Amino acid sequence: MAKLAIREERCKSCGICIEFCPENCLEIGDKLNAQGYRCVRLADPDACRACGICGRMCPDVVIEVWK
Amino acid sequence: MKAVFTRPESLTDKPFHFCPGCHHGVIHRLVAEAIDHYGVREKTIGAASVGCSVFLYDYFDIDVVESPHGRAPAVATGIKRANPDRFVLLYQGDGDLAAIGTAEIIHAANRGENLTVVFVNNTVYGMTGGQMAPTTLLGQPTTTSPYGREFGQDGYPIKMTEMLAQLEGVGYAARVAVDTPARLAKARKAVFQAFETQVEEKGMGFVEILATCPTNWGLPPLEAVKRVETEMIPYFPLGVYKERKGKDFL
Ligand SMILES: Cc1ncc(C[n+]2csc(CCOP(=O)(O)OP(=O)(O)O)c2C)c(N)n1
Ligand code: SF4
Ligand code: SF4
Ligand code: SF4
Ligand SMILES: [Mg+2]
Repeated sequence: MAKLAIREERCKSCGICIEFCPENCLEIGDKLNAQGYRCVRLADPDACRACGICGRMCPDVVIEVWK
Repeated sequence: MKAVFTRPESLTDKPFHFCPGCHHGVIHRLVAEAIDHYGVREKTIGAASVGCSVFLYDYFDIDVVESPHGRAPAVATGIKRANPDRFVLLYQGDGDLAAIGTAEIIHAANRGENLTVVFVNNTVYGMTGGQMAPTTLLGQPTTTSPYGREFGQDGYPIKMTEMLAQLEGVGYAARVAVDTPARLAKARKAVFQAFETQVEEKGMGFVEILATCPTNWGLPPLEAVKRVETEMIPYFPLGVYKERKGKDFL
């Protein structure tokens, strides 16, 4: 089981985590955060294998990953 | 549950002010991981530069002396010589290190000061609106080279890592990038190595990190990330240019 904690208020919608997720499980959601960015969401939780790449590639330390 | 990736302890909880897709954020985190790894948070003194990294003191749970306009290597020299037991960290942009403070970095390196330098090369003066830097690539348009950098007028992009690696006082010199997961992993190792060089008193540990500045490149974040590979790496080759094994100074 993978657990992702996404601090939505910090996301800047840059798309880097989505680009590098090897399982294609992230996407830009519809929700706007207080900064005015559409934050990223885990669209396919079952596909996530908790590799941590999204967290490491994110320039804003938005995502933390546990396994 | 087992943590796979969590925020390093040496970062405060303050959100970064950087633009979307700016690599300063990733590089801040790598540096914080190195501070955690070497357990030096309580004894680290940072010397911060002018540029988008100017708020270092807000983001790191360490003491920081603001040393703008390329003077960080001179200020850090004083800090380290007066307090040799402290860990002294420099974080400088390319306008700051390779233009404004060229003399300071060269002589601190040549003196073999035991300092760790993180040099963020994004090929522009980011904070001030994207003016040409000595690192700007040929043909690259900037606000002060609107038709692209032209060597006849502006000279060639400067390769700081190659230059500094020649100096006897440098213990470690490497150029890395953080644009893909594989290169990020290598960059992390290089930052750690630049820390280790100071810990082992082998002279200056210098790591140049190729970074995006999507805002001043006029590119969306993902295209800026791609530019690192297509335009920057071919001119600024990645690799370890110097690695001193022992304290084998001349
Ligand atoms: C006295 C003075 N002169 C010039 C500046 C402008 N200034 C601010 S940041 C900077 C350099 C930023 O470029 P760089 O070091 O590449 O950092 P980046 O923002 O790209 O990370 C300069 C020249 C200033 N703030 N004060
Ligand atoms: S942990 Fe890995 S698989 Fe899961 S969302 Fe992040 S990048 Fe994708
Ligand atoms: S990399 Fe970070 S800031 Fe960018 S979209 Fe993903 S979570 Fe948001
Ligand atoms: S101006 Fe460039 S270097 Fe500065 S925060 Fe924005 S993207 Fe980063
Ligand atoms: Mg710069």
